[in-house]
Amino acid sequence: MGKTLYQKVFERHTVRQLPSGQHQLFVGLHLIHEVTTPQAFSMLEERGLRVAYPERTFATVDHIIPTRGLTRPLADPEAEAMLAALERNVEASSIRYFSQARGENGIVHVLGPERGLTQPGMTICCGDSHTSTHGAFGAIAFGIGTSQVRDVLATQTLAVTKLKVRRVELYGRLARGVYAKDVALFLIAKLGVQAGVGYAHELAGEVFERFSMEERMTVCNMSVEGGARVGYVQPDSTTYDYLEGREFSPRGAAWERAVRYWESTRSDADARYDDVVRFDASEIEPVVTWGIHPGQSIPVGGTLPAENGQGRENLREAYQYMQLEPGRPLAGTPIQVAFIGSCTNGRASDFAEVAELILALRRAGKRATVAPGVRALAVPGSQAVRAELIQRGHAAILTEAGFDLREPGCSMCLAMNPDRLEGDELCASTSNRNFKGRQGSPRGRTLLMSPVMVAAAALTGVVTDARRLMEGPA
Amino acid sequence: MSHAREDSATYDARTASELRRARITGRALPLLGDDIDTDRIIPARFLRSVVFEGLGEHAFADDRAALRAQGGLHPFDDPARAGASLLVVGHHFGCGSSREHAPQALYRRGLRAIVGGSFAEIFFGNCVSVGLPCAQLSPADLARVFALTSQDASLELSLDLTRRELEVGAERFPVSLPEAARVAWVEGTWDSTAELASAAEETRRVARSLPYMNEFLTETVD
Ligand code: SF4
Repeated sequence: MGKTLYQKVFERHTVRQLPSGQHQLFVGLHLIHEVTTPQAFSMLEERGLRVAYPERTFATVDHIIPTRGLTRPLADPEAEAMLAALERNVEASSIRYFSQARGENGIVHVLGPERGLTQPGMTICCGDSHTSTHGAFGAIAFGIGTSQVRDVLATQTLAVTKLKVRRVELYGRLARGVYAKDVALFLIAKLGVQAGVGYAHELAGEVFERFSMEERMTVCNMSVEGGARVGYVQPDSTTYDYLEGREFSPRGAAWERAVRYWESTRSDADARYDDVVRFDASEIEPVVTWGIHPGQSIPVGGTLPAENGQGRENLREAYQYMQLEPGRPLAGTPIQVAFIGSCTNGRASDFAEVAELILALRRAGKRATVAPGVRALAVPGSQAVRAELIQRGHAAILTEAGFDLREPGCSMCLAMNPDRLEGDELCASTSNRNFKGRQGSPRGRTLLMSPVMVAAAALTGVVTDARRLMEGPA
Repeated sequence: MSHAREDSATYDARTASELRRARITGRALPLLGDDIDTDRIIPARFLRSVVFEGLGEHAFADDRAALRAQGGLHPFDDPARAGASLLVVGHHFGCGSSREHAPQALYRRGLRAIVGGSFAEIFFGNCVSVGLPCAQLSPADLARVFALTSQDASLELSLDLTRRELEVGAERFPVSLPEAARVAWVEGTWDSTAELASAAEETRRVARSLPYMNEFLTETVD
């Protein structure tokens, strides 16, 4: 009987079985940021321990970083303390730091892949739940808590429970105007936000095979929103083409050996799965969330679900918080804020899609500027993404259309920097979580959707099916 | 009002006996609802700190304020629940972010165990790391425990991890939890650093066997 990628990589990285029944797993790549690590370094210090494999940890700053007008010390003294602690810790432990001072910073899950740090067949950890993003490369990547960050720093290993593996297969073709984000939200709506608990999701089938690395990252990023701490796609030529020539990618003869290793980690054809689910890609439409978790979504043309039925309590709470009513359409609902960015959709390809939409509208002689009264933020996921936007002319297109192009960071994905919602503002957002208060205002409301759908909402001022924008009068 | 007990959840050199969490006794804090995420347990703005101290009083800060504004009373603000140490929750509690700040906030608020329908995975792992036992009840038993504890705030509960049992007043309910976590809590071995560090030589061996650890300079694929 064959093995899955998850099993193969897990076995190769197993140090031993612990008396508890858990496994001690070697961590190949450890990524850190300023929020979940200061306490870990303090614990290390209290115990008189040192970082065991400093060359396997890489750091950057993302959550608290202001996306404009950054000067040191940061205006927020708590944010400054966190940044200063990170700088002290990486310096003291000789950890490579992609700093804002050198213009190298970015969201940790955007930065790892674009530097070539994230590679197939690795185990990757970070004190951040969206570490699942790196599974797009065929790595076993998962988020950990601060005490576990301490463990990785101290030993480069973790005590983990082996997961079951579910093959999530998407066959057929996606319709035009349907994006990776729609696929991610569709799968969560189908399977539920709890289905992935205890599982690694192997994303398989034609759709994921045809996807670019950026698209694979978007769906793996959101596997954790469906409860699965790990989501991965098999490495293939798309993966290798993406990696070739990147800063930390192997070169020359080492490259050949690397590809052989990566290929050897692919799931066997006769691998055994604990569960298999299959979906028809042609069923998927552009999706918009309407509630307070990522599973509460509808196709953009649909109407909001009835309040009775399963999970009634939660539905009522969601409707109350979102100030929406069952039975109504979501399309046409006015928004006040549009946010394009985050580790889900803050890569160059995401902004390119938006720029293309704006250009197409302009060519058709239609208005292509942000609607009056809408605050529209475009926040690149990293300095490299920002540089690419400028170089390809997409930055100018976005700015001319009325988007506020910022410096990289987590920005309005969560409330740890100056970018946030006010009062009960409704925000069309490319981020990954629509939890109550997630975007900084305790009453702020979030609608998750793809970058093109957020752009359509920004341009029209209301939730809009982006596919319809090209129709109708100028 | 703050009844936060800032008992140290940091990990100085404590003995295993101090770390044992075999039996947790106290009154209940019932909190209805499924899919309660970590942004609600501890909103992100309270993460702007380099220490965990002080998180206890901010647990559920926004939910509590929202209810207060509507003239309601969140269970965490209910004087009748002051000093309660067992949190009772619904399904998929702790979903969302990996922030250990969530269990840290609950622990520092004085909670010493959580019983509920089910738990999100990273949250559960973090509860192992901070020594905050979580145990699962069947849906029917959970409904009964909610009913009992909602009616009577003075009811004494006892979670016995050795016998895998929750006592609520005179009634008893079986609980389930992963064996590794149960053993870690019961035996006080949930602080894993020392155990992991004791395998430094085996760790080096695994590191050497991984081709990417020496930048694929030699063939180690088997
Ligand atoms: S962009 Fe959002 S989800 Fe991603 S790491 Fe930053 S805060 Fe977390």
